[in-house]
Amino acid sequence: MLPSPHSSSSSSEEKLATMEPQSPSTLPVFHIENVSCFYGRHKALEGVYMDIYEGKVTAIIGPSGCGKSTFLKILNRIGEMESNVRVDGKVQLLGKNIFARDINLNLLRRQVGMIFQHPNPFAMSIYDNVAYGIRTFHRLSRPALDEAVESALRSAALWDEVKDSLHQSGLALSGGQQQRLCIARALAVKPKVLLMDEPCSALDPIATLKIEELIQGLKQQLTIVIVTHNMQQAARVSEYTAFFSTDERRIGQLVEFDLTQKIFTEAEQPSTRDYVAGRFG
Amino acid sequence: MGFAVAPSTESSSLLTSSSTDDSLENAGKLPFLRTLLGDGGFKSLTFVAALIAGAVPFFVVALISRDAWPAIAKFGLPFLWEQDWNIDESIYGALPYLFGSLVSAFIALVLALPIGVAIAIVTSERVLPPWVQIPIAFLVELIAAIPSVIIGLWGVFVFTPAINPFQEFLYARFGWLPIFNTQPFGSSMLVAGIILAIMILPTIAAISREAFLAISADLRNGAFALGATQWETIIFVTMPAAISGILGGATLGLGRALGETMAVTMVIGNVAGIDFSLLSPGSTIPSILANQFSEALDPLHIGALMYLALVLFLITLGVNSLAIFMIRFLSRNA
Ligand SMILES: Nc1ncnc2c1ncn2[C@@H]1O[C@H](COP(=O)(O)OP(=O)(O)O)[C@@H](O)[C@H]1O
Ligand SMILES: [Mg+2]
Repeated sequence: MLPSPHSSSSSSEEKLATMEPQSPSTLPVFHIENVSCFYGRHKALEGVYMDIYEGKVTAIIGPSGCGKSTFLKILNRIGEMESNVRVDGKVQLLGKNIFARDINLNLLRRQVGMIFQHPNPFAMSIYDNVAYGIRTFHRLSRPALDEAVESALRSAALWDEVKDSLHQSGLALSGGQQQRLCIARALAVKPKVLLMDEPCSALDPIATLKIEELIQGLKQQLTIVIVTHNMQQAARVSEYTAFFSTDERRIGQLVEFDLTQKIFTEAEQPSTRDYVAGRFG
Repeated sequence: MGFAVAPSTESSSLLTSSSTDDSLENAGKLPFLRTLLGDGGFKSLTFVAALIAGAVPFFVVALISRDAWPAIAKFGLPFLWEQDWNIDESIYGALPYLFGSLVSAFIALVLALPIGVAIAIVTSERVLPPWVQIPIAFLVELIAAIPSVIIGLWGVFVFTPAINPFQEFLYARFGWLPIFNTQPFGSSMLVAGIILAIMILPTIAAISREAFLAISADLRNGAFALGATQWETIIFVTMPAAISGILGGATLGLGRALGETMAVTMVIGNVAGIDFSLLSPGSTIPSILANQFSEALDPLHIGALMYLALVLFLITLGVNSLAIFMIRFLSRNA
């Protein structure tokens, strides 16, 4: 290993201390220990320690290129599908190591759903989009499938808008509706965790508001990790916030992780304070 | 520029500023082309070139129609479904050649489409490492660089003898099917179709590959994130998203197959007539044009050949326009 610059190594001890938010009310769904990620030779993320708590919304904020998407894609092991990606460290989902040899990737990904920055409905009908994930694992009778599709669309607050056009192409919907369709599609397979990578960045403010309301409602059923560029959004929807940034070697790091309220009012790290105050340069 | 000249009038400041720039002093030493054309001249030149290129199809149609006129006047539209082609009696009908062209091109498409799409998938999706994918894609595209006559020669001397036992087998085993019920003797519609399939494979593979590569990684990830396997993702998610590109590539390949002359003429057997057996020899529009043009003297005979050429031109124009439309416009909406 390269001799690491002074600042990053010296702070790792005290960082560990700040990694533990006060009074974790529930068990961690994800336990992340010393996770690093490389794209070829380039180290994109280094030494992340974090716990993600059940039934909570955890926001991930930070400047672009600091490894937020990279981090998210480690949690459902989708990042490694690109060539030349290597992940080091330990990630446990409900106590089980997700890098274990006997892990079934398809099952892992059913438990950890994902919503992307740009809505990505499949080139098929609204109904088939939602039914897709169910069909890959279960043979349901038509009425049972209808019911599952309806329930997923209701959970995504889209049912009323599309119930009369279920067999039209999902691509014909507006951007905000497409994103909720993708959420419905993800919810249909009943994941435990939903990862959202800047789900609103391509949407207008009203569509954004709808997704935020949706997130509030979904907290009852599952755990959400949301990457966002929008500081107000992080403050509005999340209980915990993680601030990522790049160090002087351009390697992404977790700078601070705490209760959202604490991050936004009395963050420990000066760089976090600068970032949430919009003084990032 | 900005040095101290009293900005008394606009023109004086223009003068001073240009004297700081040495382009005026260099005017006498400008390269020849530059003095000749300048900017406006270059624009007009490119415009004229574009105009000429755009006018070529119309020019070709006009010339062909002119020479085809005797036959158009004599036979009219029924030319298209008449079966006789008798030079001595001056009776001409296009149907056997139209039939041969459509059937051989269709065989080619049926064979090349699945293989081309398979190549596109294998060379674009994350099924193989890039250092295997890129050479495969390159080699397939290289097929397009082989001159048609060389494929024809290979077809005559290597492929036809090699495939004939298979044709015999089809006749012996499946002779009861109308499409295999003639005794094969080498050259046939089937051989021509297979040769054409090889020739249009690079077109279909390359354009389908582009369509697959244009699909965002996140669409695939969306399927993986639901727990889908790679094959489920390719078949149900990426292929539907790439479908307009795939169909566009197939249509372009069809256009190529319809127009291909040399290789087909060499392996199809050049027998006029409509036989539904793929093991029987046939003819296509390009093949009869190639075979008879040099010996046609009678204006009606030339007219009939030109009429065939016009029909082929309109078909390939239609097919290729459709292909361009599919590739350009449909894929943009996907
Ligand atoms: N597929 C990839 N190949 C190579 N480098 C990548 C790839 N994806 C991301 N990176 C690099 O990793 C770093 C983190 O990227 P990313 O996780 O997308 O950041 P963020 O989502 O925070 O904007 C960036 O420097 C980016 O250039
Ligand atoms: Mg990102």
